[in-house]
Amino acid sequence: MTTTQTTGATDVQKSIKDLITANDVVLFMKGRKNMAQCGFSHRVDAVLQHLGVDYKDVNVLDDAAIRDGIKAFTNWPTIPQLYVKGEFIGGCDIVMEMFESGELHQLIHEKGVPHTNHG
Amino acid sequence: MPMPAHEIESLIKSKFPDAIVELKDLAGDNDHWQAHVVSAAFKGKSRVAQHQMIYEALGGRMGGVLHALALTTAVPKD
Repeated sequence: MTTTQTTGATDVQKSIKDLITANDVVLFMKGRKNMAQCGFSHRVDAVLQHLGVDYKDVNVLDDAAIRDGIKAFTNWPTIPQLYVKGEFIGGCDIVMEMFESGELHQLIHEKGVPHTNHG
Repeated sequence: MPMPAHEIESLIKSKFPDAIVELKDLAGDNDHWQAHVVSAAFKGKSRVAQHQMIYEALGGRMGGVLHALALTTAVPKD
């Protein structure tokens, strides 16, 4: 993913759109897969690993334009942000709540996202 | 910069007068809050929408002055 120096906000919104349509599961996070640099990002990373879901990790710490752009994109003020098949699922709170209730596993199942572990 | 419980609660209640707001200070520093908000206004709304309603009531403080707010929402049981 190269978001070299994106000029305007629309470029950022476009690269965000491209990311979430090109990948089944995308996590905008602080840090990378297996190397989260924030507790909330780490928890979502761990849940996805537990379910055996492969995902595209986007480290917002590498790109300030993406870090701000993603918050405008969804009108959601914090990171991490999880997307499944282009749909915004939520941040850490919602993902954890869904994981504990089994809804997250059900969602990825219904959306046909490959995963190696069940709930 | 920490935010006291009463301020969080009053911001939420100013937008949702019927809301029941349960706050727990996770780290004892007024900066890592856990909040459970119950309001009829959430009825029929997705979780994402419910949380966005709370963030809006908090007037852009979420992710800024309000560093961490672990939020859960619910509709009152009839």
